[in-house]
Amino acid sequence: MIFSFDLLFEALIFGVLLGCFYAAVSIGLSVSFGLLDVPHVAHPAVMILGSYATYVVASYGIDPIVAGVILMPAFFVLGILIYRFYYEAFEKRGTEAAVRGLAFFFGLAFIIEVGLILVFGVDQRMVEAGYIGSSLELGDYRIPYRMLVAFGVALVLTFGLTLYLSKTFTGRAIKAVAQDEPALRLIGANPVRIKQWAFGIATGVSALAGAMLIIVGPVEPALDRVYIGRTFCVVVLAGLGSMTGTLAAGLILGIAESIVLMMLGASWAPAVAFGLLLLVLGIRPQGLFGR
Amino acid sequence: MTYWIGALVVLAAAVGAALSGINEYFFYAAFVVLQFMVLATAWNILGGYAGYVNFGTAAFFAIGAYTAVVLFKALGAPLAVQIVAAALVSGLLGFGVGLLTLRLRGIFFAIATVAVIFIMETMMVNWRYVGGATGLQLLRPDVMAPFESYTRMLFAVMALLAVIAVSVARYVQVSWIGRGLRAIRDSEEAAESSGVPTLKLKLFACTVSGALMGAAGAPMPMYLSFIEPASSFSLNYSVSALAMPMIGGTAHWIGPIIGALLLGSIQQIVTVTISNEINVLVVGVLLVLFVVLAPDGVLGLFKRWTRYFK
Repeated sequence: MIFSFDLLFEALIFGVLLGCFYAAVSIGLSVSFGLLDVPHVAHPAVMILGSYATYVVASYGIDPIVAGVILMPAFFVLGILIYRFYYEAFEKRGTEAAVRGLAFFFGLAFIIEVGLILVFGVDQRMVEAGYIGSSLELGDYRIPYRMLVAFGVALVLTFGLTLYLSKTFTGRAIKAVAQDEPALRLIGANPVRIKQWAFGIATGVSALAGAMLIIVGPVEPALDRVYIGRTFCVVVLAGLGSMTGTLAAGLILGIAESIVLMMLGASWAPAVAFGLLLLVLGIRPQGLFGR
Repeated sequence: MTYWIGALVVLAAAVGAALSGINEYFFYAAFVVLQFMVLATAWNILGGYAGYVNFGTAAFFAIGAYTAVVLFKALGAPLAVQIVAAALVSGLLGFGVGLLTLRLRGIFFAIATVAVIFIMETMMVNWRYVGGATGLQLLRPDVMAPFESYTRMLFAVMALLAVIAVSVARYVQVSWIGRGLRAIRDSEEAAESSGVPTLKLKLFACTVSGALMGAAGAPMPMYLSFIEPASSFSLNYSVSALAMPMIGGTAHWIGPIIGALLLGSIQQIVTVTISNEINVLVVGVLLVLFVVLAPDGVLGLFKRWTRYFK
């Protein structure tokens, strides 16, 4: 292959855009798994559900991003229901139910995936908007607008959630529940209600992340499988529950994937996230910004 | 003793059936059920006894299959050699993954095993010798003497593998290893501080479990006369291998057998009569129903009923 700094620079730009996108699709998991310690392996599946919901809403002529925002309250409620169910059936019963809780989320992912196949079929779906398909041209470089849109939404999401968690009362309560649950009980707060609220937010955010997913590229029901690697890679690399870490980890993954894509080709790209994940687990399981 | 007589009778019945005039299709379907019995039993050694969830069954299974293909293509090795080699390679893989992640919490191990599937799949997709992404057509060798067809022979081989897998799982369960693993599942800290060599036991369970999964994968290429990465590394193997012990009951070696017979038969019927998608849906729905409503599986339900009627 021919190596040139131009190509490398292009890969870097693409990597940064891709990285912010990866951070945005992982931020919900960063709350649900990172902060709340829920083994939410169905997170990518819920996100794909968000993509298809966006597809349906957008088919009425609504902009996909607006569609994603419209869907957020519905997904917030869905998240509350999922957590409530998980809490009643597994979490309440302590470590003895941990294995079954994990199996539950794995089964849930498959149910969502097959449900989508039954309703929409296995074909790829995409949405249409003015910014999909055209590119911003800067001299020799072409940056697709869809990546820029995803980049913008990703930044808004990440900083919004970071601010929410550090500045508002509920946000701080969510962080507190992650640090010391018994202490929260002692001061008379109800940790379960706070976790339920936080899980709702994490799932609500997934609707918008799903909308971005279908803006960036076509979506199929089985896409969640490869995103298990990407989202968990970002959350673990970030250090559980660190929002700024999520952005940094997303960027690392995005750039790594984009460079591998350029140097070795598309067939190696799916292994990047999983390889990085194994590397982090082996060398530094507490992640970059781990407590 | 009773166990060994029972195992011999089952094995003899399987070989007898393979030699009899039963319709060929029966063996075609029964092979798959037995294959899942091996996978479920293997999964349960680590997942059921020690409580470490393995999502990577597909990786160990497919690496076993690919080991068999490489040996067959390069040396024309006989099936028995392929199976032993597949068990060795997948066992080694289990040891490696275990060494890397079994010191961490269970969820990290679970996620790491998903990673192994995708990394191994990517490697096979990019390996031209074994057919890359498009796969490889394989020519079956001539069938051996007493059997009428290759499928019948593979059925008998898989029955033997199932008996071996169950015997290993039973040995692990009743020996001190099983007691150690159960101690790990109940409380790892308590086990460690009372002198249970937790990491060694987990590594042992992970290696044995991986080896058995690899052995189950070895006959698959010959069964299909074909190998291809996407379907071999499918997460569907992982969810079935996890669902069967959970549905049957994870505490006893007979649990995965019950789960595999129950779910495996339903899967065969659904795949033929309706579709492959519904088949995965059935697995997912049954898995969720059982972990929520019947935490100890069919075995637990059975115990509850017998106590109720006493």
